[in-house]
Amino acid sequence: MPAVILQLRKVTVDKRTYSEVNKDILRLMTKTGPGYYAALGIVASLAGILFFLPWAYQIYRGQGVTGLNVPVLWGVYLVNFVFWVGIAHAGTLISAMLFITKTPWRRAIARGAETMTLFALILVALYIFIHMGRPWNAYWTMPYPNQRELWLNFMSPIMFDVFAIGTYTTSSAVFLYFGMIPDLASLQHQTTGWRKKLYSTLSLGWRGTDAQWTVHGRATMFFSSFIMPLVVSVHSIVSWDFALSLVPGYSQTVFAPYFVTGALLSGLAGVMLMFTIMRWAYPFLTKYVTDYHYDRVGALILALSLVWSYFTCMEVFTGLYANTSLELEHLKFKILTLPYFKLYFLMIFCNSILPLSLIFKKLRVSRPFMLFLCIFVLIGMWLERYLIVPNALSRKFLPFMWHDYTPSWVEVSITLGALMFFVSLFMVSIKLFPVISLFEVKEDIGIPMKHEHRKDGA
Amino acid sequence: MSGNPIKAIIERLKEFRRPGYYKNYDHKWTMVIDLDRCNGCEACVTACYAENNLPVVGKEDCGNSRVMNWIRVERYVAGEYPDVKVKFIPILCQQCSKAPCELGCPVYATYHNQDGLNVQVYNRCVGTFTCATYCPYDVRRFNWFTYKWDAPLEQQLNPDVTVREMGVMEKCTFCIQRIRAGKDKAKDEGRAVKDGDITPACAQSCPAGAFTFGDLNDPESRVSMLAKSRRRFRLFEELNTEPSVIYLKKVFADGGGNPPVGGHTLAGGHPPVKEGHGG
Repeated sequence: MPAVILQLRKVTVDKRTYSEVNKDILRLMTKTGPGYYAALGIVASLAGILFFLPWAYQIYRGQGVTGLNVPVLWGVYLVNFVFWVGIAHAGTLISAMLFITKTPWRRAIARGAETMTLFALILVALYIFIHMGRPWNAYWTMPYPNQRELWLNFMSPIMFDVFAIGTYTTSSAVFLYFGMIPDLASLQHQTTGWRKKLYSTLSLGWRGTDAQWTVHGRATMFFSSFIMPLVVSVHSIVSWDFALSLVPGYSQTVFAPYFVTGALLSGLAGVMLMFTIMRWAYPFLTKYVTDYHYDRVGALILALSLVWSYFTCMEVFTGLYANTSLELEHLKFKILTLPYFKLYFLMIFCNSILPLSLIFKKLRVSRPFMLFLCIFVLIGMWLERYLIVPNALSRKFLPFMWHDYTPSWVEVSITLGALMFFVSLFMVSIKLFPVISLFEVKEDIGIPMKHEHRKDGA
Repeated sequence: MSGNPIKAIIERLKEFRRPGYYKNYDHKWTMVIDLDRCNGCEACVTACYAENNLPVVGKEDCGNSRVMNWIRVERYVAGEYPDVKVKFIPILCQQCSKAPCELGCPVYATYHNQDGLNVQVYNRCVGTFTCATYCPYDVRRFNWFTYKWDAPLEQQLNPDVTVREMGVMEKCTFCIQRIRAGKDKAKDEGRAVKDGDITPACAQSCPAGAFTFGDLNDPESRVSMLAKSRRRFRLFEELNTEPSVIYLKKVFADGGGNPPVGGHTLAGGHPPVKEGHGG
């Protein structure tokens, strides 16, 4: 057996049994203390106050309550839209791409990442509505036959977006649910009351026969192959919202790979941040999400950060090479003007310089350091989008119309509130559905047999 | 209906796919603005406010760059005090033949109509801001709030023009209500539209006569004559948006007031326009 696998077994499995796994996950789902309710109450009410109320106010008064103005018509909402699409990418990367490459450490963290993907995509959809001038007409962006013979503009990058996000949300929801079926079937035998009813309904009569497992395995392979191209295509399409325009600072061919890399970087940081917090809240999860995971994901973050740094250099280089007054003006505004100067170098620090420390294994497996790093990477990635989206519009073509943009309190509040909404959705979901894939963790353990019969001596 | 209806629809749609098909339009409305005549009085702006029911947003929103003017007179100051020169350029929707905004709109709220105009359907707009973001000329305006007119002023609204609701994008239409009226009148009288039948509000109000409006498809029209001028240029020609607004300005090689070197001007660098250009 290869050394890596041996090492992995040592780190992840550590003499667990099937029943122990079941017990741990059930404990996570059913044993709910007052701390959880207090946290959920605070987070959910913050989501209501900071997210839904300002949004209602914005719908009532109009988009004028934001800080948008005529050259800068895409502000923080679009920044958040792109940011959350980025967060949504980690789930698919971990569950689909790493499934196909048969990466063993994906198993324990895949379910959590997929759940995060789904909820991030819900926020993405919400941000499309929040950003619209007339959100009550949002269904007009759907192709449906109507008496007035109105149809959609399939040339529009925004239209691509609607379909890309729609496809991505649907397929990740199906993928998440499909992967959960064996776990739900296993949970129905260990729970009572409404949970039992819920899980037995949702498990669709899964019995765990060989034939069912074969079909499940094949279907997972099929879904993974289907979803994997979406990792690349969805964020490329999101980047075309910008790249297909003529605006200096938007119209860049490098945007598609740049955005995809950034998305994966922020997504992985998001996943590790989430698991670090969960490990802090539920210490027994340390058995499942181990130092080995931190080590591997840390290495992946380092690699993606290096690629991201390359693309950042290329973005600046393209502008300098074009050497038109428009591009130079945009670069000057973005990099050399206060306060964007500070933000730009904070972004470089967060995304390029700080992740270099991950070269050292000691730092990769250090939980406080990873927590710190993930938060900084997320801030850096948010800043990257902020420096692209409103900033390019502040310095468009006609100097007479140049105008700066500052987010209003409504935009800031909705940004924070949406994060709270995301956290509360996630908190509810970990109590309803297993956040760690039972059957995949059990696959790690292997077929139960007496200790002395194990060939690898683990 | 005989035949396959789907085939008929596809055939009809194919017609719109031909590049440069607007050359076969009845009209290609064009505005020629003589910058050597413009003195920056902003009468055109005022006329536009009156004609198109543009709301007055107030001091605060003006400061936030949310003015609702469909036409603006941009001022650029060259030189150091006291030797300064102020240049004016009225900018309105350029009615691009290859409009970036039309690419952006997901619901076809902005599209090219049969007259070669880039029109905005207020009722269809969902407010994604994409058109205004893609617009290189920053001429699109958004209804940030529900704007109200104070008591007697609502009596003054033009009944031919919609009052736009909150959350929709709007922009200059070359006074499409006047174009419609002119075409209807010509139809009633059983003739084709003549040059000079239609005058948008800005062109009508300009005291210096800087604006000329007409049909570029008509080789005898005033705009066709002016479009052949050596002074002609179009804004951001290099973006290949093919604007329908043509500016006339004598630009010397050094950008200042010196006499041209060998008669060569920067504006003269562009070849004179042919009919139905930009296909």
